[in-house]
Amino acid sequence: MTYLTDRKRAVGAGASHTGTAHHWFMTMSSVALAVMLPVWLYLFGAAIGGTRDQVVAAFANPFTAILTALVLVVSMRHFAKGSAVMVEDYAHGTARKAGLIFVSALAAVIATTGLYALIRIAL
Amino acid sequence: MAEATGSSKRVERPLSPHLQIYRIQMTSVSSILTRITGHALMVGVILAVWWLLAAAVSEPYFALANAVMTSWFGKLVMTGSLWAVWYHYLAGLRHLLFDARIGLEIQTAERLGWACILGSVALTALTLVIV
Repeated sequence: MTYLTDRKRAVGAGASHTGTAHHWFMTMSSVALAVMLPVWLYLFGAAIGGTRDQVVAAFANPFTAILTALVLVVSMRHFAKGSAVMVEDYAHGTARKAGLIFVSALAAVIATTGLYALIRIAL
Repeated sequence: MAEATGSSKRVERPLSPHLQIYRIQMTSVSSILTRITGHALMVGVILAVWWLLAAAVSEPYFALANAVMTSWFGKLVMTGSLWAVWYHYLAGLRHLLFDARIGLEIQTAERLGWACILGSVALTALTLVIV
């Protein structure tokens, strides 16, 4: 049994029923990306145009591999949640549900594919 | 409701915002650009992840992905993505400022919008020079 009253459970949750959790996630992930992206863009940009051996060597570097994994996971969650807001703004009913499933699945597939590639390269 | 007049025909009301007479502002343009760049970035992300996957899998597969990546199409996508990521980056920083109740005056917000656009072009050029 719960000792929280109905009112206590509702306070702060707002119309979304989830309060500011979404906004706070976007704030945290944006700060993480703001720190990581300038360094990652440089490393990624430098790797483009190389031979396969050079590209594999670049992403096998522990720093580059870990940073790329972090950028992939954080950016794809940031995209999925940001894109979900756009779907919720413009689509209704079944289209909204399908859209929400699609953007979430797309982000998961891209992140997982990138992590698989990284593991094969770096380990 | 207007439908209460007895007619079953749906009343054609104008949509808001009235797109034909809507005067665009820097604040609305910079806002919609944030959403557009965020979504457009997925093209570059898909190409980049595919290229990385190909590098992990085999030499012939990488030759294909790398040919696309270094073609005019790949360069166009990557350069466009670079501008998009810098624009989204600066617009995101602007949102952090707004959250801290900074820059919410209309004139300041409009200046920050211009700063995002001009800053993103400058950062794109700078990145292309460095990398």
